[in-house]
Amino acid sequence: MATDLDIEIRGLQKNFAGRPVLCGLDLRFTAGETVAVIGPSGAGKSTFLRCLNGLCYFDAGEIRVMGHRLRPGPHPAPFAVLREVRRTLGMIFQDFQLFPHFTAMQNVMEAPRQVLGLSARQAAERAAALLDRVGMSHRAQAYPRELSGGEKQRVAIARALAMEPRGLLCDEITSALDPDLKAEVLAVLEDLRNDGMTLILVTHELTFARRAADRVIVLQNGRVAEDGPPIEVLGGGRRSVAASTAH
Amino acid sequence: MVFVVAWTGSTVPANDDPLRWAADAEGGAPYIFYDPQDPGRVVGFEVDLAEALAQRLGRRIQWVQYDYAGLVSGLRRGDFDFAMNGLEVTPDRARALRLSRPYYVYTLQTVVRAEERRFSSLEALLALNGRVGTLEETAAQRLLEEMGFRPVLYGNQTEPYLDLEIGRLDAVVMDLPIAVYFARPNPRLRFLGEPFGKGYYAIAFRKEDETLAAEVDRALADLAGSGVLRRIYERWGLWNSAQEALEYWDATDVTAEAGRNWTPSRYVPLLLQGAAVTVFLTITSMAAAIILGLPIALLRLYGPRPLRWAATAYIEFFRGIPVLLLLFFIYYGLPSLAEQWALPCSLRFSPFQAAVLGFGLNYAAYEAEIYRSGIASVAHGQWEAAASLGMSRTVTFRRIIFPQAVRVILPPMTNDFIALFKDTSIVSIVAVVELTKQYQILAKSSLKYLEIGAATAALYLVMSVPLGLLARRLERRWGKGL
Repeated sequence: MATDLDIEIRGLQKNFAGRPVLCGLDLRFTAGETVAVIGPSGAGKSTFLRCLNGLCYFDAGEIRVMGHRLRPGPHPAPFAVLREVRRTLGMIFQDFQLFPHFTAMQNVMEAPRQVLGLSARQAAERAAALLDRVGMSHRAQAYPRELSGGEKQRVAIARALAMEPRGLLCDEITSALDPDLKAEVLAVLEDLRNDGMTLILVTHELTFARRAADRVIVLQNGRVAEDGPPIEVLGGGRRSVAASTAH
Repeated sequence: MVFVVAWTGSTVPANDDPLRWAADAEGGAPYIFYDPQDPGRVVGFEVDLAEALAQRLGRRIQWVQYDYAGLVSGLRRGDFDFAMNGLEVTPDRARALRLSRPYYVYTLQTVVRAEERRFSSLEALLALNGRVGTLEETAAQRLLEEMGFRPVLYGNQTEPYLDLEIGRLDAVVMDLPIAVYFARPNPRLRFLGEPFGKGYYAIAFRKEDETLAAEVDRALADLAGSGVLRRIYERWGLWNSAQEALEYWDATDVTAEAGRNWTPSRYVPLLLQGAAVTVFLTITSMAAAIILGLPIALLRLYGPRPLRWAATAYIEFFRGIPVLLLLFFIYYGLPSLAEQWALPCSLRFSPFQAAVLGFGLNYAAYEAEIYRSGIASVAHGQWEAAASLGMSRTVTFRRIIFPQAVRVILPPMTNDFIALFKDTSIVSIVAVVELTKQYQILAKSSLKYLEIGAATAALYLVMSVPLGLLARRLERRWGKGL
């Protein structure tokens, strides 16, 4: 895994229908960090994550991902730049968004074939290895509707990894899952972290944040309320912020 | 539409109720038509004849407008008392109805364009493999078919001459009275050769109305003997030596003409031919609509603003006008438009081309809306997921969105296919003989409305029911959440 990932956010502002959602964020992430972004609902956590890879545009400030610059306004960057940013930062969604007309295997193969121009064989080899890594080899030929939530999310992780990103943006990826299914997804994340993957997670899993995160950022009313190691921000789990976050 | 032709007070009326006479005044010159000088009035040689008959019979005769194609069935149903509208004496009619003695001896007249030099007889035209138009369901049609032509059939007498003028036809063969009225005054057309193919017009009654028929026969004999008929025909330029036979009429000649025996082995092959045209027309039109509908839907969804408006306007326009009107415009309107504006192309489509164009344009509007709702039904998150993997919008649409939309699109599209399959029955107005048209022609010739109608319906069902089952299966399989 390359180690020169550098994400810099300056003065990031975003409004929805005139209402400020993000009010000037200044943040920097470095390679190999695992960052948990927490905060009450409506604090702008998901919006922040989506701005990072250009799924959502912003109104002021700038974002730099490994030198690629996203600007304010409806067209943050030319498509070639956006594609590079998205290759660098993969994204995983709360509701999976697997492609329902493809098998698990085809879901993982699709982007490498279409975007990277891999041959069918190369893409299949890569997909097989990744499905193995997330423990889904045995369901490679299953369609998304035949998979459990946890299985879907593991396929989604493999699909994101197939583009060989340097970091993953995870948007509440365990919120829709039952507790035991959560565990299998979190185990995959922890494994990725140990391999040096940069992870930026919007999450409500405080236990996981305490154990696995290098850094916890608390967003409140569109601002960074706290930013530091989990032990400082979350303490023993009895501090007010943590209480207001865990719903 | 009711109109009292004449009333005479001179003789004692035998009956106060007027006799109801049915004829089609739509494009019906010179038989019966709306007076161009006074469109509230009908004129024509049959109107004059009705007046003369009323006088002779001492009864009022009331005209009712009736579609030519429906005259025989309307008579049998009792919608009126008799039909007098250029009905030719045929063995089939003589069997099913009670026919009067003839009131006119018609001949057929070939008409060509004034500058025509390629042929000087119908036989020569046949050798050239030329196109001849005529009225459907007439002696002219039968005669042309016996000669070996496959005539182009029309439902009224003006359109064949129009098509001849603009070159869709090489010749038109119709009854002399029609040619005298429509073609002779037109400097761009001329008569070719002598009239031929003699036949008779008679008044049709219900089989059981024997007394009335006998009265009318006596009145007709009177009119022929006293020269009234001759004066009427001279007034309309229709008198010729052949009419002299009317005075010395012997009813037995008429039905002596060769009969036609309408058995299933005769009409089923013709129906199958019609069915093949229907299927081919439906498939071609639907293919055109499906191909044209997608770009319209895409423009409406993703196009820049002016193009989005144009796509919306297209959809609203073609969904809002009747396809019948559209077909008329394409077939008859465009050639004259091209002529008036001196366009470099003639826009003279063949009947089949015009039908495919009309249905294609019309159904493209419906298919565009089906595409649009199908594409819109794919979750927005799918676009985002694909974008987050670095896929462009084009690739995303082609690989991710459209394949999912197809599952929503296919069932309603199959339904539209079935609807179009039946809608194609209206193309007979542009001279395409498909299944329904073939039915009308056969039923009118044989008077076997029920039998041939059932066979036709069976053919439609054999084709559409499996399609309907397929549509429902597709819906079950794909219609619900993936």
